[in-house]
Amino acid sequence: MLAEKYAAEIENILAKYPPDQKRSAVMPLLYLAQREDGYVTKEDMAEIGGILGITSTDVASIVGFYTLFYDQPEGDIRIQVCNDLPCALRGADEFLEQLCENLGVKVGGTTQDGSVTVEAVMCLAACDKAPMFQVQSGEGIAYHENQTVSSALEAIEALRKKEALA
Amino acid sequence: MSDLILLRHRQIPDLNQLDVYRQHGGFEAFQKAVTTMNPYAVTDEVKDSGLRGRGGAGFPTGLKWTFIDTENWPHYVVANADESEPGTFKDREIMEGNPFQFLEGVALAAYAIEAAEAYVYLRGEFWQIADQLDRQISELEAAGLLGDKLFDTDYSLRIYTHLGAGAYICGEETALLESMEGKLGQPRLRPPFPPSYGLYGKPTVVNNVETLTNVPLIITRGADWYNSIGTEKSTGPKIFSLSGRVNKPGNYELPLGTTFRELIFEHGGGIPDGRQVKAIMAAGASSSLIIANDEALDTPMDYESVPNVGAQLGSASIIVIDDSVSIDWVLRKTLHFFSHESCGKCTPCREGTFWMKHIIDRVHQGEAAWSDVELLNEVALQIKGKCLCALGEFAIEAVTSGIQRFEPDFRAKVSESSDEDELLVESEKA
Repeated sequence: MLAEKYAAEIENILAKYPPDQKRSAVMPLLYLAQREDGYVTKEDMAEIGGILGITSTDVASIVGFYTLFYDQPEGDIRIQVCNDLPCALRGADEFLEQLCENLGVKVGGTTQDGSVTVEAVMCLAACDKAPMFQVQSGEGIAYHENQTVSSALEAIEALRKKEALA
Repeated sequence: MSDLILLRHRQIPDLNQLDVYRQHGGFEAFQKAVTTMNPYAVTDEVKDSGLRGRGGAGFPTGLKWTFIDTENWPHYVVANADESEPGTFKDREIMEGNPFQFLEGVALAAYAIEAAEAYVYLRGEFWQIADQLDRQISELEAAGLLGDKLFDTDYSLRIYTHLGAGAYICGEETALLESMEGKLGQPRLRPPFPPSYGLYGKPTVVNNVETLTNVPLIITRGADWYNSIGTEKSTGPKIFSLSGRVNKPGNYELPLGTTFRELIFEHGGGIPDGRQVKAIMAAGASSSLIIANDEALDTPMDYESVPNVGAQLGSASIIVIDDSVSIDWVLRKTLHFFSHESCGKCTPCREGTFWMKHIIDRVHQGEAAWSDVELLNEVALQIKGKCLCALGEFAIEAVTSGIQRFEPDFRAKVSESSDEDELLVESEKA
């Protein structure tokens, strides 16, 4: 239960918004829920709906609309490569292709050990430092910029080790 | 190198530390405003400065503030830090390098419209920046620069951060407000505009990060000083985000009115591999494709001049395309983006971007006839002027200008010999 585990954090989140506008807290609470397993469970949605006085269908619609929320488990580490126009002009498509080849996955797929998912995502506001990717994990989102395939593979290996220890 | 105004952190080390920012005059403007100025006087100064919105629309900032409904309370300021336009990466640098000047700008806007609460809406990917801003806001509260009864006056102000979760559309101000209210990020019907009906239905000013970051120095140094930078109608400095096929991509703070040539060749170091510049997008992926001839290269980058070469300055996100790139590939990239990011509310945009994506895929793969290119153009024109917000309009800028101005690139991709109708039918089946 989120309410027990993150009582203080939930209180801080709710305090940001007017008392009659609790619904504003839905996205911050979804981030909390996702911290644990990298995705939002049906139980989480029901609980968040309960806290905010909205239905779990309302909460699910938010999960469905926004790309950073997930309702299915994937790899613990999500490698999200931007290959939009400015990044692609700096080689992001080739970078993504070679990265996937090296990891033995297709774009959108997860490595056999279930640890790493590689995705192509939309612009991350780092166009001058392409090729780049962000890592989304329970700890948040971190940028890796000016990458080569080998520097990316090194970074991913380090994340895998860290995740294995956790 | 002249003194920077927005990217001051490049010249002043550790400007993201509050004590350093204060040593360089930080929060003097806010203190001066709260203790000696009427809120309307702050708005007047900004109005006189000629500052225009840096998020893309270029609307006069001070004028926007005067629209706030004073019959309906409370008022809110929302800083738009959703920076998601492909090719735009300026607000991120400001918030990382010069966060206190941005926050002081938020505070001044709040004082000007008599708001006691302000929110910074950041795109979800800016998680670490939001975390830093939270700490910096706490420091400001501890220093008595934010919080209750500031500088022994009756004015109180809180600033909060709010993270989005990956939706380009939330950069549109009414979609942003919906999102802040915990709803789907879909635009509202306007009017009413946010200054009369904004966050929680209350009068709200939504301003871009870069816009707000201009405000402290306008208050400290005055509108006349600000007016002396840039052109007559496009005053002040602008951060140009330069990306694509240039040797030195990055943010460049230059006066409005600097030419494309100066940005791309002097600051950006020209085009790599001895290539020629072929096309320029001035407003990120939302831009028309400008033919990069001498006339275009010598055009000043300001709100009035860029339309002379058939485009808009927008957020000044300059994407450079060289002569090794075929324009159909550029459209494929932008259409995949807009199709993904259409919020789905308005049918012409939702369906139009979807079908344009499929047609351009066929064109790009050499499986289309010229009639498909014409169909693409037709679908684009069907979106024009039929939606609640500008996303659909943005999606077709590159399509219609690309087909019109770079026709040979499309001719080269389509089959001339095959029977056109048959080809279309075949690919529909596939």
